[in-house]
Amino acid sequence: MPHNHDMLFKTLADPTRRAIFERLCCDGEQTVGALTARAGISQPAVSKHLGVLKQAGLVRDRHEGRQTHYSAQLGALAPLIDWTSQMAGFWQRKFDDLEDLLKRMDQ
Amino acid sequence: MTNVATETRSIVVERDMTHPPEKIWRALTQSALIEEWLMKNDFQPIVGHKFNFRAQPVMGWNGVTDCEVLELVPHQRLVYTWNASGEQARDGLKTIVTWTLTPHNGGTHVRMEQSGFRPQDEGGYRGMGGGWPRILGRLEDVAARF
Repeated sequence: MPHNHDMLFKTLADPTRRAIFERLCCDGEQTVGALTARAGISQPAVSKHLGVLKQAGLVRDRHEGRQTHYSAQLGALAPLIDWTSQMAGFWQRKFDDLEDLLKRMDQ
Repeated sequence: MTNVATETRSIVVERDMTHPPEKIWRALTQSALIEEWLMKNDFQPIVGHKFNFRAQPVMGWNGVTDCEVLELVPHQRLVYTWNASGEQARDGLKTIVTWTLTPHNGGTHVRMEQSGFRPQDEGGYRGMGGGWPRILGRLEDVAARF
């Protein structure tokens, strides 16, 4: 859906926000405090970015005591991956089809 | 530089697959299996064999690709021509498709190179997937790691 694409692309277009998302992808679940320590911006700014990421479905929050833990939601990237493979042309699609066939074939 | 050969471009698509080379080789060289993922065809695994791929005609393309098997090294390397057909043969694509299978981490590294796109083949080059950074093909692998 175009609306999903717009939101996803806009959300990931900001380098700081993308860096926060990448950190969650690579290092797993983290608190706002831990993210702030490495982001080089204020905690409210980090929280604001996390809010935007959450709205786009790219992160999920989990409350534990006074701390909020954030984790990346890789499934939200699916429309981006689909779009990429469509745009990448004939052979990329055929590679996908070949892999689908290989899964169905006997050893 | 006026050497025509230096003016051609290639499309390279590479992917690590979890299947053994022998199995992927079957998918690349058995006509019925090729049809399932690529196109209708009368391929035979014989060097010098001439065959076609047939797809639905679309605007500007008659849907037929003329091919000839140039090289066969079982489970490793398959090369065939990939040329425009019929009245489109004269000005259309004249390319070579090379498949290379390399055992890798218990699976196979699959590499496809389609070479020989001339400057006038811009449309075909883009349509087949040229011009996109190779990194895009790896996005899926990256996502799969998490």
